[in-house]
Amino acid sequence: MYVAVKGGERAIENAHRLLAHERRGDRDVPELSLAQIAEQLSLGVDRVMTEGSLYDRELAALAIKQARGDLIEAIFLVRAFRATLPRFGATEPVNTGEMQVRRRISSTFKDIPGGQILGPTFDYTHRLLDPQLADGFVPEQPATSEAAQAATPRVTDILGRDGLIESSPAADADTPVGDLTREPLSFPADRDLRLQNLARADEGFLLALGYSSQRGYGRNHPFAGEIRFGEVEVEFFAEDVSFAVPLGSIALTECQMVNQFKGSATEAPCFTRGYGLAFGQSERKTMSMALVDRSLRARELGEEVIAPAQDEEFVMSHSDNVQATGFVEHLKLPHYVDFQSELGLLRKLRKEFAEANEAPDMQEAAE
Amino acid sequence: MNAPAYNFAYLDEQTKRMIRRAILKAIAIPGYQVPFASREMPMPYGWGTGGVQVTAAILGPQDVLKVIDQGSDDTTNAISIRKFFGKTAGVATTTATSDATVIQTRHRIPEAPLHAGQVLVYQVPIPEPLRFLEPRETETRRMHALGEYGLMHVKLYEDIARFGHIATSYAYPVKVNARYVMDPSPTPKFDNPKMDNCPALQLFGAGREKRIYAIPPHTHVVSLDFEDHPFTRYRFDAPCALCGAGDSYLDEIVTDDKGGRMFVCSDTDYCESRQLIGHRGSESAAPHEERTHG
Repeated sequence: MYVAVKGGERAIENAHRLLAHERRGDRDVPELSLAQIAEQLSLGVDRVMTEGSLYDRELAALAIKQARGDLIEAIFLVRAFRATLPRFGATEPVNTGEMQVRRRISSTFKDIPGGQILGPTFDYTHRLLDPQLADGFVPEQPATSEAAQAATPRVTDILGRDGLIESSPAADADTPVGDLTREPLSFPADRDLRLQNLARADEGFLLALGYSSQRGYGRNHPFAGEIRFGEVEVEFFAEDVSFAVPLGSIALTECQMVNQFKGSATEAPCFTRGYGLAFGQSERKTMSMALVDRSLRARELGEEVIAPAQDEEFVMSHSDNVQATGFVEHLKLPHYVDFQSELGLLRKLRKEFAEANEAPDMQEAAE
Repeated sequence: MNAPAYNFAYLDEQTKRMIRRAILKAIAIPGYQVPFASREMPMPYGWGTGGVQVTAAILGPQDVLKVIDQGSDDTTNAISIRKFFGKTAGVATTTATSDATVIQTRHRIPEAPLHAGQVLVYQVPIPEPLRFLEPRETETRRMHALGEYGLMHVKLYEDIARFGHIATSYAYPVKVNARYVMDPSPTPKFDNPKMDNCPALQLFGAGREKRIYAIPPHTHVVSLDFEDHPFTRYRFDAPCALCGAGDSYLDEIVTDDKGGRMFVCSDTDYCESRQLIGHRGSESAAPHEERTHG
């Protein structure tokens, strides 16, 4: 006798209990603290904040811990929490030109006002596994010097003064930037929405798309005009007091790509821009983002759209890893009734096929 | 730390209002896909976030909720969603189709006829019936606007030319109120006729794709077909092995590795209700021939 499958509720509870147990791992090994994650896995925290669209190191660290180090799962946790938060309004645009720079490099000029600052980077490290790090390693204190007083203007602003690069569109209070988490996205989408989508987009997806554009699928000749990482002030214009109130500072990485120039009979040729911005130190993300941003401007700049990285519907519809992972993984859910329907159809088609091929002599005779 | 506190049925009231506006528009234009600002929900995209948002937006404290997946109240995702609303809204839940005021479903329409005042909320993965023929949203929206559905008929015709039948067994496209071609969500086509002239309100929510659409009560819903190849329902030709029902959609249960199988109602409430009033099936697997039901 067959008894229909029951007890899903207890199975779910037990599975979640087991998950909590596995998450903890060997209980003789000390538990990870959120501070340890925030301090020592900080680039993972930066990525979760960026793609989770929520600047909160502690919550991002909690999400990483809860997700057992699965960053996409952690991003999902942060996003689901963020969706429930009330909105008070939008901050004033941050001024990255005034950034307290911790790292800043340009690949377009040997020296720039304010200087090239390497800062904390994996660049030029030799990727040799370091056994010293395995246990109890105490690094040297970093070298320090007097804080430089020189301003660090953006390289693109320096180019812009001579009109060598197109100007960035200025903020316009009458046309506030869109928000695809509040308004449904429609195509064609303007650059504000594209940049928002790219900022939230999966780093790996953007990396692959940016890479594809470098390899010739919609090539746009990029130079890393500048990459800077540091703190910027965030201000909020409070209606009650009629002035901008400082809320604090956040760490950002900004990448400005300088790309192939355009020009026409009426316009002098100038370089074009690709832009990347992310929370924390997220260089791979911002560089990829800047490449894809520039690629997606193909329509606006009158270029032929021939490659995936230039196709905004393709890029924007598939860039969100929370959406992508949900839909790919939903294949784990039961599909019994549809599969049954397909089985029925396939069996019928096979039966008809077999019948048609069973009696070839008769068929020939009939012909 | 910013400890979270949640509203009745999880979503905040502004979000619910936005979703209700989309629902009202959807009801006003049967079968038309209304874009809405879908939120990130605490369950993954593709796992019912659209249905959950619609349910959250329409649920009131007096409602009685039923959640099914594959026709069953006992599948893990149905349990998970039912528990979610039990926890965040504290509404009464039921497995009895006739007792529910709101039924959220994935892939099935209950066997028991729905009645006026009920709302059936479908979870929809891909709301666009033309998506697999034309991947671009800009194109498909234009095709809907112009009522340009030739591409779909060509697809169905090509099926007939290749297989001798329309080779779509689930998510079988329908035309709603003689205007919009609509995806009924991946329900087996067996369920399509139940959508026509249904006394209950049918709402469809696609969270990841950010679309809501609707079939108001007593709306004409026709499955696409040709005069010489009329729409047919498919059902494995056997009575349910547990309740003996001869009119319900069946799940195929593989009972051993020697070809043994049995067929039981996919709608567990329907099956159990029948067993309660004394209906019995063979409770064993037996080979049966398949037949198409008109």
